[in-house]
Amino acid sequence: MKTAPASVRGSARAGARGAILLFFVTFLAFPFYWMLITTFKTTRDLYNTANNPYLFHDPPTLDHLQVLFSSTQYMQWLANTAFVGVIVVAITLVLAVPAGYALARMRGSSAQNLGIAIFLTYLVPPTILFIPFSRIISNLGLQDSLWSLVLVYPSFTVPFCTWLLMGFFKAIPRDLEDAAMVDGLSRLGAFLKVVIPISTAGILTAVIFAFTLVIQEFVYGVTFITSSASYTVSVGVPTFLVRGDVYFWGSMMAACLIVSLPVAIVYNLFVDRFVVGFTVGAVK
Amino acid sequence: MRSPLLAAPPPKPVPRFFLRRLADSEHWLSRLLLTPAIVYIALLVGFPFLLSIYYSVSDATVASQQIHFVGLENFNRIMASQTFWTSLKNTVLITAISQFFVIVLANVLAVALIADFRGKWLVRFLILLPWVAPISLSSIGWLWIFDSIYSIINWTARAIGIFGPNYWPIWLGEPTLAMTSIIIVQVWRMLPLATIVILAGLSSIPQDIHDAAAVDGAGFWLHLFTITLPLVAPIAIVALLFGIVFTVTDLIVVFVLTRGGPYDTTQVLTSWAYFTGIQGGDLAGGAAISLFMLPVLVAVSILFLRYARRAEVA
Repeated sequence: MKTAPASVRGSARAGARGAILLFFVTFLAFPFYWMLITTFKTTRDLYNTANNPYLFHDPPTLDHLQVLFSSTQYMQWLANTAFVGVIVVAITLVLAVPAGYALARMRGSSAQNLGIAIFLTYLVPPTILFIPFSRIISNLGLQDSLWSLVLVYPSFTVPFCTWLLMGFFKAIPRDLEDAAMVDGLSRLGAFLKVVIPISTAGILTAVIFAFTLVIQEFVYGVTFITSSASYTVSVGVPTFLVRGDVYFWGSMMAACLIVSLPVAIVYNLFVDRFVVGFTVGAVK
Repeated sequence: MRSPLLAAPPPKPVPRFFLRRLADSEHWLSRLLLTPAIVYIALLVGFPFLLSIYYSVSDATVASQQIHFVGLENFNRIMASQTFWTSLKNTVLITAISQFFVIVLANVLAVALIADFRGKWLVRFLILLPWVAPISLSSIGWLWIFDSIYSIINWTARAIGIFGPNYWPIWLGEPTLAMTSIIIVQVWRMLPLATIVILAGLSSIPQDIHDAAAVDGAGFWLHLFTITLPLVAPIAIVALLFGIVFTVTDLIVVFVLTRGGPYDTTQVLTSWAYFTGIQGGDLAGGAAISLFMLPVLVAVSILFLRYARRAEVA
């Protein structure tokens, strides 16, 4: 290595990097590639073990998509997810925007501790809370109702978004509010009329994360909801489409892709802010 | 008839003055703005959490509204069951093995990703897919990949000669292979988050430090092991803490892939709590099982707090 010229070493390193990245991209993205292929293959082609599974032996088909949208409740599940998502996002914003602002502006170590305490509640997992919740939800008469999810989902979106928004509001200089207060606004007025309008990027990030957390949630959905018409999409596909002896692999893979890809694309735009939140702002 | 409220005299200026003072006082305003969120969290996280502890020492079932205190009876009962110990062992095994691989692989991948190159955004998008896609749906993709007849892994391995003509593993049908499959999916799922967090840590190392090392003549490996990795370690630990929490508390992967089978050999604490408490209706037993995750959560919280303090000082 010592005698090798820098350019040889450089291209060797680029080659090594290429090989490493190829390995990881194959491992991490392969299941989605496989979903894509399966979605458009005919059933006859899928179930013929003599065929090379990477190739199309019959022309690509839209049959699986048609089955998914016409013979299953997939559309209903998508609508349910959107319904729950929109209301949960609204509740989350109403609670987390003021709380995040207050935590950002409070002085002293108690504010910091309170902020961390709120974030830590995000670590209390649904897999501990779902058992008491199953009783609470049935006592409230919300069993098998989407409203049970609307009630419970903010328990994880609020801590996370409060923490995220706190970081955003901290980055807004206090001087802005002080100037607005000199102009006659109250502190609350300054928050509503000055701080919130220039925080749309932060609030949008909170909206995206709250919504994706709702789409991803599974444990409460599978616990509270018992009739297939009330499933959200992340519960309906694995519990309903898998049941029985017949697996509609083509339709199932389509169902997974249709939800995963848009979520992934949107999420990707915001992932750096997510990392800042996760690392307590240690990396900027 | 007018209500007494409307008949009352118009509000005095005092409340308005009071509101104005409230809207101006930083002290009271911040408490007012915080309270709704804290009340919601207390009611929907704190209360059920305490209830879960109470259930674990009670005889709560789905069928009965009567609840009595029974002491540690549930714990004695679940600890007498072989499946519980299997679940505990599996939870530890899956978490330890998967997180070991996640941290090692995430460091390799992050170092490979730190330089700029063409198409980086696409590589990053593809690498992040497992983390951002709903795991209950992508686990179904893996169910298809591990299928007993049509497994693409088996087909590919046979085609390129890794598996002989008589070897066709049933991934989810045999205990060791099923555990391996679950670990693979957990690594797959948690690797993107760890990578992106470590990558952020790598990018935050000041260029001066790298330059100084280059001037001193440090080669790639020496540089990596004496400078880059030690500096990124604190952030890698955060990634590890989250990885541990998300893996220990995960129900979805086991639920979708194996439902704890074959013969309960791949049950984990969460799935066994679900099958006991929700499907079996034994709320008390299920709560007691799920509380065995608590020590991990407490330990991680303490470590996270210490880390957050240090980040604050720095």
